[in-house]
Amino acid sequence: MMVAARSRLGFGLETLGAWMLGVLWLLPLLYAAWTSIHPAAFATHFDLTAPLTLQNFEAAWQAAPFARYLLNTVLLVSLILVVQFVLCTLAAFAFARLRFAGRDLLFAIVLLQLMVTPDVLLVENYRTLVQLHLVDTILAIALPYLGSAFGIFLLRQTFLTIPQPLDDAARLEGCGLLARLWRVYVPLARPTYIAYGLVSVSYHWNNFLWPLIITNSVGTRPLTVGLAVFATTDQGIDWSIITAATLMTSAPLLVAFLLFQRQFVASFMRAGIR
Amino acid sequence: MAPSAAGLSDLAERPVPAGEASRSRPGVFDRETLQAWLLILPGLMLVVAFTHWPAVRTLLDSLYATPRGSRPAPFVGLANYQGLLDDPVFWQALRNNAIYAAATIPASVVLALVMALAVNQALPGRAMLRMAYFLPTMLPLIAVANIWLFFYTPDYGLFDQIVGLFGAGRHNWLGDAATALPAMIIVAVWKEAGFFMIFSLAALQTMPTDLREAAALEGASRIHFFRRVTLPLLMPTTLFVLVNAVINAFRVIDHVVVMTRGGPDNATTLLMYYIYETGFRFWDTSTAAALTMILLALLGATAWLQFGVFGRRIHYR
Repeated sequence: MMVAARSRLGFGLETLGAWMLGVLWLLPLLYAAWTSIHPAAFATHFDLTAPLTLQNFEAAWQAAPFARYLLNTVLLVSLILVVQFVLCTLAAFAFARLRFAGRDLLFAIVLLQLMVTPDVLLVENYRTLVQLHLVDTILAIALPYLGSAFGIFLLRQTFLTIPQPLDDAARLEGCGLLARLWRVYVPLARPTYIAYGLVSVSYHWNNFLWPLIITNSVGTRPLTVGLAVFATTDQGIDWSIITAATLMTSAPLLVAFLLFQRQFVASFMRAGIR
Repeated sequence: MAPSAAGLSDLAERPVPAGEASRSRPGVFDRETLQAWLLILPGLMLVVAFTHWPAVRTLLDSLYATPRGSRPAPFVGLANYQGLLDDPVFWQALRNNAIYAAATIPASVVLALVMALAVNQALPGRAMLRMAYFLPTMLPLIAVANIWLFFYTPDYGLFDQIVGLFGAGRHNWLGDAATALPAMIIVAVWKEAGFFMIFSLAALQTMPTDLREAAALEGASRIHFFRRVTLPLLMPTTLFVLVNAVINAFRVIDHVVVMTRGGPDNATTLLMYYIYETGFRFWDTSTAAALTMILLALLGATAWLQFGVFGRRIHYR
């Protein structure tokens, strides 16, 4: 009896603690949400009767070409995703199922990229893109990330788990190499594609430093860079408008996350654990 | 979400399928070799062009002076590195980064573990909680940096309002060299703990339930069970998380760019930020190259620790 009561108390305390931490974690976002839907006068002043308004969002939307930034980001993440899928699939299949001279060496070379990512080689990559005359293009933002060791590794591990007899059966039916890849391997690796896709999209949607360096005009800037330019130069310190713009730029990903929460969490686990 | 060094360690033990082992060594001019190279080449070329090639060029550049005008840059040997040793800002960046790493890594890894343990049991509102913890991970760091900037604003910011309740006066959190770096550390921990939670949670969920039942029969206390069973089983995941935390501590500086630009007085200049500043604001590419080499050495040492030293001690699956 005593033990049960004590453990119930313990459980209650744990729940309370977990929720306090949760509220603490949400606080910055709640604060931003509050500021963005109230007039500037209430930005730092809490009053439940404060009038609601969408004017901050309107003002932010008018003040900078966010529609264009959004388009740039969408183009960027789609370009990266499609090219990564194709290139990683081809390479991963070769590493998983073909026997060839130099396989282990090439694989080791690819895996080095897991430790040294292009993000830390800004200066030299910038120079390369200057030489290619690609500075300030969406392709330039994408290029360093198109070859992805992470994607190759992840897909290779998945392809290795696909039973060889399925492959042999397709071969007996006269399927060539690419046909087997397309009909047997790609469909069976679907969960991995979803996982990798979500990780890739959220990474490049949120990426900032490289796009900041390689872009310098409205026509190429992704949302993150657009937001930074907007918040530092155009606005002074109108926090209501800045938080509105901040929430606006995160909104698409945020909504997608809330809708597909389970999938996101499962995907991040899958991508990390292998 | 950094492309991660996940699970590399189980590569070595992968069993070779029976059919493959019996075949002879593939030759350089086999049909299969040719096909494989063609499949791999496009991806490999891009990887090499934007990772290996720039890494080699960084090394070379760090041995030459920064080119000025159209004259070719003279070879200067280790002079760029010597220059860094004499550069107080470099030392400060290194010290800042060490403090930043030493604070963010344990804090976010431990918090991640606590979060994972919390949402691994049937608490009321578990799904909501998990979302609350994970949400910061999904947002662009640059966006949340804006929110935190507002948080830290003197007088108006929530931080000043909260400490104001306890009678403290106005404080410029990001403008004071003593509090600027801790302020950045808080942002980093807030952003990363939820991401790492996912991995600990995944590990907890694969833990066999009969272990807990056996422990309950033996009358083991929860704390005892946690120390002797849960924690050891979580070690491989924790190591993985730790490595990613180290990489991020040296690589991610978006919040520094937006919130402090390394200031005040270089109090928040991290190594990667110093590279960015040297390379793209002072356009001193040779010094930036030498700095990058030092960063690469640090990352390399992390990899070596992971696979060489710890890899042998920790039992994988």
